[in-house]
Amino acid sequence: MAQHDSEHDIAAGSELDTVAQRAVSAGTAVAVPSGAFENPGSPPDRVRATDLDPKKEKTAERRVGGLFLFSIAASIFAIVAYIIFPIVPGNLSSVRLNNLFLGLGISLALISIGLGSIYWAKNLMKDGEWEEHRHPTRGSEDTRAAAAEVFRLGNEESGFGRRTLIRRSLIGALVVSPLPAVVMFRDLAPAADPVALLKSTVWDANVRLMRDPANTPIKASDVTLGSVFHVIPATLANSAHYIEDKAKAAVLLMRLKPEDLHVSADRADWNYQGIVAYSKICTHVGCPVALAEQHTHHLLCPCHQSQFDISHEAKVIFGPAKRPLPQLPITVDSEGYLIARSDFHEPVGPSFWERS
Amino acid sequence: MTTVQETTTAPAKGTRFTSAAANYLDERTSISGITKELGRKIFPDHWSFMLGEVALYSFIAILLSGTFLTFFFEPTMTQVHYDGSYVPLKGIQMSAAYASTLDISFDIRGGLLMRQVHHWAALLFVAAIGLHMLRVFFNGSFRKPRELNWVIGFTLFILAMAEGFTGYSLPDDLLSGNGLRIIDGMVKGIPVIGTWTSYLLFGGEFPGEVIVPRLYSLHILLVPAILVAALGLHLLLMVINKHTQYAGPGRTNENVVGVPIMPNFAAKAGGFFFVVFGVIVLISSFFTINPIWNYGPYDPSPISAGTQPDWYIGFLDGALRLVPPGLEFVLWGHTWSFNILLPMIVVGIFIVAVVLYPFLEAWITGDKREHHITERPRNAPTRTAIGAAGVTFYAVLWAAAASDILATHFHLTIEAVTHSLQALLILGPIIAYFVAKRSCLALQKKDREIALHGYESGRMIRLPGGQYHEVHKELTDYERWRLVDYLDYKPLMVRPDAQGRISPMQRVRAAFSRWFFEDRISPATRAELESGKEHH
Amino acid sequence: MRTHSSTDARRRQTGRRHPLASIALITIGLLSTGGAYALLTTTASAETTTATQQSISEGQKIFAANCATCHGMSAAGTEHGPSLYGVGAASVDFQMGTGRMPLAYQGPQGAQKPPQFTQQQIDDVAAYIASLAPGPGIPDQKWLSGNADTALGGELFRVNCAMCHNVAGAGGALTEGKFAPSLKGVEARHIYEAMVTGPQNMPVFNDTNLTPQDKADIISYLKFLDENASVGGFDLGSLGPVSEGLFIWIFGLGAIVGVTIWITARPN
Repeated sequence: MAQHDSEHDIAAGSELDTVAQRAVSAGTAVAVPSGAFENPGSPPDRVRATDLDPKKEKTAERRVGGLFLFSIAASIFAIVAYIIFPIVPGNLSSVRLNNLFLGLGISLALISIGLGSIYWAKNLMKDGEWEEHRHPTRGSEDTRAAAAEVFRLGNEESGFGRRTLIRRSLIGALVVSPLPAVVMFRDLAPAADPVALLKSTVWDANVRLMRDPANTPIKASDVTLGSVFHVIPATLANSAHYIEDKAKAAVLLMRLKPEDLHVSADRADWNYQGIVAYSKICTHVGCPVALAEQHTHHLLCPCHQSQFDISHEAKVIFGPAKRPLPQLPITVDSEGYLIARSDFHEPVGPSFWERS
Repeated sequence: MTTVQETTTAPAKGTRFTSAAANYLDERTSISGITKELGRKIFPDHWSFMLGEVALYSFIAILLSGTFLTFFFEPTMTQVHYDGSYVPLKGIQMSAAYASTLDISFDIRGGLLMRQVHHWAALLFVAAIGLHMLRVFFNGSFRKPRELNWVIGFTLFILAMAEGFTGYSLPDDLLSGNGLRIIDGMVKGIPVIGTWTSYLLFGGEFPGEVIVPRLYSLHILLVPAILVAALGLHLLLMVINKHTQYAGPGRTNENVVGVPIMPNFAAKAGGFFFVVFGVIVLISSFFTINPIWNYGPYDPSPISAGTQPDWYIGFLDGALRLVPPGLEFVLWGHTWSFNILLPMIVVGIFIVAVVLYPFLEAWITGDKREHHITERPRNAPTRTAIGAAGVTFYAVLWAAAASDILATHFHLTIEAVTHSLQALLILGPIIAYFVAKRSCLALQKKDREIALHGYESGRMIRLPGGQYHEVHKELTDYERWRLVDYLDYKPLMVRPDAQGRISPMQRVRAAFSRWFFEDRISPATRAELESGKEHH
Repeated sequence: MRTHSSTDARRRQTGRRHPLASIALITIGLLSTGGAYALLTTTASAETTTATQQSISEGQKIFAANCATCHGMSAAGTEHGPSLYGVGAASVDFQMGTGRMPLAYQGPQGAQKPPQFTQQQIDDVAAYIASLAPGPGIPDQKWLSGNADTALGGELFRVNCAMCHNVAGAGGALTEGKFAPSLKGVEARHIYEAMVTGPQNMPVFNDTNLTPQDKADIISYLKFLDENASVGGFDLGSLGPVSEGLFIWIFGLGAIVGVTIWITARPN
C-alpha cells in the first residue's frame, strides 16, 4: 500500500467528505457516466534489489560515493586545466584546448554530482508512493466571507465607495501620472524628421563611385563584362554619419552586354555603356541583395530569397519584395572615372508609411 | 519529519549542528512553518513532468554565465581598432561591443566557454519551454484551475524569445546586425507609426550608435526582472494548484500520488539541475556556437549566405519568406506593406490563439470542474488534432527559415522549396488535423479492446472443434484502470433559456461542442467486460 | 599588420605537411612539363600563355575527343556549351582541375568531382585554349602562398564573396538550383582562377576590381580558416543558427529527455 503522509493520514477521511460537499458544479458540460469500473487503489510497492540484498545496497552506496569523489577530482582537473592550458596570444589552438579541457572538467564535475544524487534517490532513499490530498483551489466559504468582510470594512472605514469625488479624482490622477514618463521617451530619437532622412542618400551629382572597402575610384574600363563591384560614394569617407549613410548608399555595379539591357525611355542615360548601378538594399526588409549571377543577371537576397532581374531594371521576379531595386544614374567624368548623375530618384530600402 | 521536531527529541549523532542552525533560523524567520508545509509535499513522478525543470535549470545556467560575461562585455558602439589576438581581425575597425566579445572569446581564459554556455543554454532554455508547453497542451493540463498559469507560462516563452533576440544582437557582428536590419525593415512597414517607431528604437537612422546599449539594458535588467517575477509566480501557482498526475490505480482527482520533496524529489531534482548544467557545459566544450569572429563586425554592406536568426525566431523569419509576392501597394497616399504586415498578422493571430486556447476550450466544453488528472492525448482527439495542426503550422514556418539550407543540402531549387512550403503551410495543418484525430480514435479503440479482452498473448491454441484461437492475457485491475479512467463528454445540447429563447451564441457554442465531442470513444465499463465474459 | 610570425608559429606547432607543399610540387611538375622556355617567360598576368607547339597540338586532340561535342570543334561554342575564346588557361585549369569539366550531365550547374584528366593533359588543353585567343593565365605562385594579410583578406572576403559562399566559406544557395560551393580545402590556385575567370554564374573579379594582392589576401584568409580548427570545438558545418538549433533540439534536449526517463524509471 502507499504510505500516506503522516499528517494527512489522520484527517484523510474527514477531508474527503468536505471535498465532496464543496465540489464545483460541472458547468454546462455534459459528462457521460462511465462508472462501472472502480479505482482499484494503489498497487503494492515493488521491492528493489537494494532493499533485499545488503550487499547490493553497499555497492549502490559505494557508487554514489564514488561519483561524488569523481566530481571532486573533475573540479580539481578543471582548475589544473585552467593553469596548464593557458591562452597564448595569437595561438588559436591554445584557446581551443583551454575551452575544451576547462569545460570538460567542469561538466564532468557537475554531471557526477547530478548522477550521484539521482542514483542515491533512486536506489537508496525510501522507495514507494506517497499520497497527499488536494484541496479545491477555491477558498472555503468561511475564508471567502472573511475576505469579503475585509474589503467591506476597508470600504466603510475609508469611504472609498461613498466619497465619489475622492475616488474619481484619485483614479484620474493615477491614470494621468504615468503620461510624463511616456512623453519623456520622446527623446529616444533626435528631433529631426526621419522621413526626409529616409528619402535621400549621400549620392549626388558628380560623386565618384568607389570600391568598398578600398575607397578607390573606378574607371569605366575596369568594369569588364561579368564583373560585380561593391560600391560606396566618395563623399562617404567624410560623412559624420558614416555607418548610417553607408546603410543607405551601398550600391552594386555591374556591366551587361548592351543588348541584354532592357532600358526604359526615361532611364536611357542612367547606364554607361552597359554599366549599371543599383541600390544593394532590399526593398523588402533591407538586407543587402548582393548575390549576383553572372549569366542570368539575377540578384538574390540571402535573407528572404527575393530575386531581382538586372536586365529588366531590377524588377522583382521571385519572393516577397514588391518594388524593383532603385537605380543610381551614372556616367563618367573627364578622367574616365564613374560618377553619379544624381541621387537615387526614389527612397532606397524597405517601404515605410510616408514613402509614396 | 521536520528539522524543528528534531530539537525536541534527543539529537542524534552528527545532527547537533543542523538542529542548532535550524533553531537559530526558525527563531528569526518562522521557517519551520514553511518547511512543515512544503517539506513533504508530494510530487508525481513522470519523465514528462521534468521538462519545465529543464527550462528552469538552463535559465540558472544562463544567469550564472551571463553574469560572468557582463564583467567583460562593453555595451557601446564606440568605434575602435581591434588589437586583440585574433589575427584575421587585427587592425579592423569595429564597435567596442564586438571587440570586447572577441576579447572574451580569445583573451580571457574560460571566456569562450562561458559565452558558449550562455548561448547553448539560451537555445536549450527556449527549446525546453517549447517542449514543456507541448506537454501541457497535449495533456490538457491547462484546464481549470491552471488556465492562468498557462498564460503566465506563455508570457515566459515570449520573454525568453525577447531575451534571446536582445542577447543575439549584442555582439554587434555581421549576422546580428543584419538581423536588426530586418527588424528595422519590419518596424518601418507598420502603418502610421512605423517610421517613427524605428527612429525611436535606433535613436535616429538605422543602425545608429545606441541600439546595443539600449538592448543591453533590456537584456540584463528589464526583461530578466520581469522574467524572474513571472517565473516566481509560475512556480507559486504550481505549488498552490499542486502538480497534475496521470490516471492510475490509487490516483484520483482529489489526491496527488508521488514522492515527497524531502528527500526524494529534492535529491532527484537537485541532481537533475547538475546534470542539465553539466550537459550544457559539455556541449559548450565540444561544439562551437555563434563564431562571431567569422562574421566580422557589423557593416551595412556585406552579408553572409545562410543569414538566419536563432531557432526560436525562425518561425517569424520563415513567415517573412513564405509571403506571396506583390503584396505591397500605395493607397490614399500611403504605402501599405502587406508583404510585412501579413506575416505579422498571421503570426500574431497564431500566438493569440495559443494563449487563449484554454479559455476557448473551456467555453466550448462548458466544463467548470477542476481537473488534476492529465488526459492522455488520445483521450481528447479533437484537442490533440488541433495541437497537431498548430505544431505543423509552426514547423512549416520554422522550416521556411532554413529554406536556403534545405535547398543546398537536399539538392533542390530554392524556388521549389519556397513553393512547397507555401502549399504545406495551408495543407499541412489540415492533413495533420485529420491524421491526428483518426490516430487518436484508433488508439482509443485499441485501448478499449485491450481493457475488455486483454493483451494478445501470441499463444495459439487449437480448440476441440478444430478452430484456432489466440489466448488473450487478461489485464489486472491496476492495468485496466489506466486505460479506462478518463472523462467522457457528450456535445452540448441547444436548450432554451428561462425566457424560452435560444440565443445565437448558444447555437454557435453547441456547434463547436458538436465538433469537439461528436467523434469519441467511451471508456470500457464493467458491464461490458462482464457481458463479454458470458459470451465465452 | 603582416602575419608572418604567427603563421610561422602555427606551421611549426601543427607539424603536418604544409598544404602549399603539394601546390608547389604540382607547379614544379607543371612548369617542367611546360618546358624551360615557359619557366622563363610565364607570368600570372600574362594575357597570352606561351607553350610549346607540341603541347598545343596534344591539347587540341584531347579537346576534340572530349570537349568538342558541346564547345564545338573550333571551341567557338554550340547551343550546349559556351565559346571558349578568351577564357584563358586559368579557366581550363579551374574547370578541368576541379573535375567540373567535362560535365557529368546537363544540370543547373557543373558539379565538382575527381578530375578526369592528368595535370599534364589539363595543361595541354589549357595551352590549346590559350593559343586561340588571349585570356587569363595560370596564376603566379607568389599570390598563392597564403602568407599575405588575413585581416584585409577577411574584409574583402566578407564584402565580395561571403554573400554567396558564406562568411566561413561553407557555401550557400543561389537561384533555380544553383549554389555557391563550399570553399573548404579548395586549392589556392583554383580559388585564384575562379576569381579571375568567374566560372558558371560567379561574377568575374578582374585585377582592377581585386588586385592580385587582394586576391592573395583573400586566399590567405581562406587558408587561415582551413588550417585553424574552430576554437569553440566542432563547427557543425559552419552553417550558422540552423545547425545550432537542430543540434540543441536533437542532441541537447534529446540527451536531457533521456536523463528524465532514467530519473523517473523505477529501479529493479
